[in-house]
Amino acid sequence: MRELKILAILVFFTGVLYWGVEPFAHSQMHKHVEPADFTFEDVDGLHGAKGNAINGKELVSMNCTACHGIEVAGFTAPMDDASAAAAYGVTPPDLSTAGHLYNADYLAAFIKNPAKASHVAHKMVDGKVHPMPSYDWMQPQEIADIVAYLQSIAPKEMTNKEAFVNACQRCHSAKYGDFRFDGTKSSMAAKTPDADISKYMGTIPPDLSQMIRSRGPEYLEEFINEPAKHLEGTAMPRVGLKAEAQEQVVAYLEEIGDSSKDKRASAGPKFLGYLVIFALFAWLWKAKIWRDLH
Amino acid sequence: MALINESFFSAEGLEKRLAGKKFWKVMMTEYWIPKDINFLWALGVVLATTFSILIISGIFLLMYYKPDTALAFDSVNYTIMQEVSYGWLFRHMHGVAASVVFLIIYIHMFTGIYYGSYKKGREMIWISGMLLFVTFSAEGFSGYMLPWGQMSYWAAAVITNLFAGGSLEAWGLVEWIRGGFTVGDATLTRFFMLHVFLIPVVIIGVIVLHFYTLRIPHVNNQISDDIDYDAEAEKYLAGNKRESKVIPFWPVFLSKDFAVLGIFLIFYFYLVFFNFEFAMDPVNFDPANSMKTPTHIYPEWYFLWSYETLRGPFFDMFGMKAGDIGLMIFGLAQVIFVVFPFLDKDPDVLPAHKRPKFFIWFWVMIVDLLVLSVYGKLPPIGANSWIGFTFTALFLLLWVSLPFVTKSDAKARGAL
Amino acid sequence: MSNTNRRDFLGMSFAAVAAVGGAASLVGMKQAWDPLPSVLAAGFTTIDLAKAELKPGEPKTFKWRGKPIFVLEMTKEQIADADAEGLPKEYHLNIGDKTYTLVIGICTHLGCIPAWKGIKWKCACHGGEFNPSGKQIFGPPPKPFVVPPFKVEGQVLTLGETGPESTAMIAARA
Repeated sequence: MRELKILAILVFFTGVLYWGVEPFAHSQMHKHVEPADFTFEDVDGLHGAKGNAINGKELVSMNCTACHGIEVAGFTAPMDDASAAAAYGVTPPDLSTAGHLYNADYLAAFIKNPAKASHVAHKMVDGKVHPMPSYDWMQPQEIADIVAYLQSIAPKEMTNKEAFVNACQRCHSAKYGDFRFDGTKSSMAAKTPDADISKYMGTIPPDLSQMIRSRGPEYLEEFINEPAKHLEGTAMPRVGLKAEAQEQVVAYLEEIGDSSKDKRASAGPKFLGYLVIFALFAWLWKAKIWRDLH
Repeated sequence: MALINESFFSAEGLEKRLAGKKFWKVMMTEYWIPKDINFLWALGVVLATTFSILIISGIFLLMYYKPDTALAFDSVNYTIMQEVSYGWLFRHMHGVAASVVFLIIYIHMFTGIYYGSYKKGREMIWISGMLLFVTFSAEGFSGYMLPWGQMSYWAAAVITNLFAGGSLEAWGLVEWIRGGFTVGDATLTRFFMLHVFLIPVVIIGVIVLHFYTLRIPHVNNQISDDIDYDAEAEKYLAGNKRESKVIPFWPVFLSKDFAVLGIFLIFYFYLVFFNFEFAMDPVNFDPANSMKTPTHIYPEWYFLWSYETLRGPFFDMFGMKAGDIGLMIFGLAQVIFVVFPFLDKDPDVLPAHKRPKFFIWFWVMIVDLLVLSVYGKLPPIGANSWIGFTFTALFLLLWVSLPFVTKSDAKARGAL
Repeated sequence: MSNTNRRDFLGMSFAAVAAVGGAASLVGMKQAWDPLPSVLAAGFTTIDLAKAELKPGEPKTFKWRGKPIFVLEMTKEQIADADAEGLPKEYHLNIGDKTYTLVIGICTHLGCIPAWKGIKWKCACHGGEFNPSGKQIFGPPPKPFVVPPFKVEGQVLTLGETGPESTAMIAARA
């Protein structure tokens, strides 16, 4: 009938407009990138070496605890966050969870040459050096021992928040994780003060509270795994998160950035179910009234 | 004598004081609408409903929104979206309704154009309707600034820049509008005033005008038949409902409106819950940063076609700078539809399928606006710029040709 | 009959008085919309070139009235290029033996902020490009970067004040 024909025309043109302005336009504006590589193929990693955690413990206590705290093994950080940030440019992370969060080959490559493995070598110009020295003078077995030790002390499970705090909070704040109305400092502020990080990186890393909504999970998966894919020349390092750990980080971002998502998903069908009933009754009433008119 | 003796507390007493029954007859049960209509006629009520949704969801947003550049973003994305009960629902409803209302406005507008509901006595309905389009555009533009995201800020910066008038360089005017040298707190608070108070009040006034201008000429019908309302009303009231060409606003016309509304609400709420990014652009979930331009700046979809006419002319012509030409066309595009009744030289009121050349004009215009919309979203590089230029030129050509097209149809019919 | 004339005159005078009151109210309302004095006063920024640590060929961005200001100490090659282009001396800011580009870093096309790409500024929005002198060399921008008003006192620049150098630079772009 004519009304169906009119509706079909409306749906057609609206559909074309929607397609052009949304999926088509966005595909033109965002270039395609390779999916995330959680094997970190390109790094100079363990090369299959099996590490000895007991050896590793000695190496770590002799080489790493001068800058890094390892709470779970009783090594407190030598400086508080603010002083460490002032000294190095960024707060060195506690290593208690590194074995759980980061890919083992990546860790090996990072210890050997931090700037190279994290892809920030392009920023080390004009006399600038990475705050962490390279350990490529060590034997490959020693590097494997260190990684084995870190894995042995790491927890078997972490919450989404713990993953975020350990992997990201040194540089990024996530203020919605602990929103303060009274001007007091949020526990989810970045561990490195703004002045230090902006000197170190050239810019202040953005607060991540709404990243789940401004970028979306697919973009974040590609991005966190390799920032340079989406932001050429960025100062953000590749951090080497394992796939599960990265998923947890993204899950935390969703917890603080889109916490009403579940409510939305459950309320939607209820609303729509009601509206179908409403529409049904409306049509029945209309049909009854209009029956006398034709 | 104006004194009424019947008690205030009686049915007759109240009726004598307020004439409710008479009011009900005039506004509802004896307000005559043609029977030969299709569901497109229900879009007026759909618009009224969508506007009401905007007002009501707006009222709840207003309880928690903070119009301050330091507080606005978090008041929306933390407080309203994550703390307030159903805050996320009101925000989604408000954003999606603001977008969908324009879809319905455009369909409503083009229904009017298709059936010739803008001439021979209906000019004021058309003009008041176009006033509503302009005020709703201003309302949408001012509202988009409020969440103070990257797109809020940069769209405001680009559009307020336009008031410098291109080569006129009227920067004083731009600063006056903004309340400062750049888009900032002063700009946010005054656009908040506009969005929450002044423009809605004006819109309500113009809606009342729009409804008023409709009464005397009466609503049009599918075959643009010139109905003798008195005669047809008599038939209906005498019980001859089948033969009468008219129906009463209540309950008959409104019953069809409600049925269409039911379908619309399913579509609308589906978008609210499951597909809202077209209305709530992800870029706006980055807090506003005056020192960092987003890679792509674009307005909401309903402004894309006119935004593309701004960018369409990308090289100097006729001794004028490209930017100036674009600005003039952009300004014109906002209001050009107003003159429709006066460019249509056909003296008859007919649906477009009975006006062969106008029928073609109509569909060419629709396609032109669609193409301009899609290209308004794309970066203006390479072939995109040329397509934008061509379809902007086509847009102007369509308007210039309208008098000739309509006159030609009328002549072929023997009406001129 | 004579009453009518007096009534008309009175009526018209009353209408005129009301109109004057209405107009005065509108003027007052327009003024309430004006930028606040405190906002206008905040519009002065100083840049001390001696402390700015500028490296030749590497522009720095400062902020004035919420807008980015690009300051570039030009290298010998960039100065030579500008001469070859025929740009007058007053096109740039000359202090002592150094030559600077000092411009508002807002693309003259549609207002985006271009980024420095080693040898020129490139605008991501629509592909416009500006050379080290701030002149548009490619794409849609119709004019060079705008020069802000500023005063020079030794090595200290005050943006927002006017001075002969900025006036000359603005005139050179007209």
